[in-house]
Amino acid sequence: MSTNLANLLYLIPIVAFILALRFLSNPATARRGNQIGAVGMLVAIVVTWIHVGSASWWAIVVAMAIGGGFGAVAARRVKMTAMPQMVALFNGVGGGAAALIALAELHRILPEPGRPKIDIALAIALSGLIGAISFSGSLIAFAKLQELIRGRPITYPGQKIVNLALLGVCVALSVVLVAGVQDEWLLWLVIGGAALFGVLFVLPIGGADMPVVISLLNAFTGLAVAVGGFELENNVLIVAGMLVGASGTLLTVMMGRAMNRSIGNVLFGAFGQVTAGAAAAAESDGGSVRSAGAEDVAVMLAYAHKVVFVPGYGLAVAQAQHDVRQLADLLEEKGVEVSYAIHPVAGRMPGHMNVLLAEANVPYPQLKEMDEANPEFGRTDVALVVGANDVVNPDARSNESSPIYGMPILNVDQAQTVVVLKRSMNPGFAGIENPLFYNPKTVMLFGDAKESIDRLIEDVKSL
Amino acid sequence: MSHNTLLVFELTILVLAIFLGFEVISKVPTLLHTPLMSGTNAIHGIVIVGAMIVLGQPDKDAFEWIVGFLGVVLGAANVVGGFVVTDRMLEMFKKRDPVKAPDADQDGGTGAG
Repeated sequence: MSTNLANLLYLIPIVAFILALRFLSNPATARRGNQIGAVGMLVAIVVTWIHVGSASWWAIVVAMAIGGGFGAVAARRVKMTAMPQMVALFNGVGGGAAALIALAELHRILPEPGRPKIDIALAIALSGLIGAISFSGSLIAFAKLQELIRGRPITYPGQKIVNLALLGVCVALSVVLVAGVQDEWLLWLVIGGAALFGVLFVLPIGGADMPVVISLLNAFTGLAVAVGGFELENNVLIVAGMLVGASGTLLTVMMGRAMNRSIGNVLFGAFGQVTAGAAAAAESDGGSVRSAGAEDVAVMLAYAHKVVFVPGYGLAVAQAQHDVRQLADLLEEKGVEVSYAIHPVAGRMPGHMNVLLAEANVPYPQLKEMDEANPEFGRTDVALVVGANDVVNPDARSNESSPIYGMPILNVDQAQTVVVLKRSMNPGFAGIENPLFYNPKTVMLFGDAKESIDRLIEDVKSL
Repeated sequence: MSHNTLLVFELTILVLAIFLGFEVISKVPTLLHTPLMSGTNAIHGIVIVGAMIVLGQPDKDAFEWIVGFLGVVLGAANVVGGFVVTDRMLEMFKKRDPVKAPDADQDGGTGAG
């Protein structure tokens, strides 16, 4: 097979990978997206296998059988809870492969007459450096999540400076390598130093932040693969690697944002402070509030079995009752069990909510009074609190010093997830702090109730 | 094609791929963050193609032999493991029967605890 024909056929995996990423971004199509990606990969492997031709075809088959067999068994056997470390492991071996390619390429081109071209030398140094960081960093992430080593941040004084210095040395060696001293031991040094940096870089990061780190290392591997494509003058490596590099970077930022952590905080947060303390702080006063976008909430709703709406005064202010009804109907069409939990004093007058919802023609059997609604929250996937505050405040149950202690409330915190639609973090009508908002199960969707519900309707429709 | 022409061409598709990568996942729900990470992880398993090229060089010495072989092993683990793990994660998004059941506890028996 000619190189031109191979490159032409490589368009199939390239298109497949782009479609795979697109489909993976939507719950309804995600699984198909992954399958499309796998088919694309199969095409790429077959084309390459034919293109490479007779030389060592059997060695390729044997190597693929060993690696693929290990991958399949490990991925099949692992428990669902251990998935993140599996991703780390498979990411690490990909980075390792990129570093190996750099070693092999330098070894191959050095004996050729004339000095290697500067862009090729740069690509070799970069993919060796990044691939090695990704390899060792991912393996440490794997070991931490698998509890082979301590998951807690491992710190010592001057850690930041040591890491920075080490990275500086690796970069300097790479520059020397590119600039002219093209010797193999130099690349070995770069790769070894980078591998050490990967270890030191991930060690201080706490287990809870590990998914963000794995995502970052995933983007690194993508970048290393793309750079490897320059060494081998191979389009599919460049495109697929860079797609992962770019989307992985964006995904890392999004993951950090969803966890309410900046990337800088994740990567360097362990220095000087104990991350475990943060979780304890959230338990008491203050703590962190998790906010989400409408599209996230829409996914939770659409894939829930049972959703309970908890309307409050905010619903009345925003006149969102018709929109709520519309959202509820939409969810029912998707097979979600929907009901409304009505607190007797929700709103500004008894029965306020019943009146509003009756106006929107909500089917009567779906309206549950407090005594009827409370036992249901235990098997509710999502409790959607629309502009209610004090009537869902758990302090009324447990905090004797709270002004509303003893008031019967709707126990929304017994649901799997609580979504609170609220204009801002201001305390409600009674001016009382509500610990529900700081509950790890709770996500906030800020904005006017009517606008938020409308956005949810749009997003649920598009799923 | 001369080396420089090829280089410019490669840089062009690299830059386009950066923008495409950002664009194509611009709106992804939190629920899908981990599966998407795993899916992209499988896609960079394309590194196996590079390793195959190294191992498939006609006149290679022992060093290239070993390194290429190891590269293909690692790349294959990345590809197969990556796609299988992602598929297992996504099993939870199986289409649900929209028919309303009187009692909600009608799981498809996916085995998820």
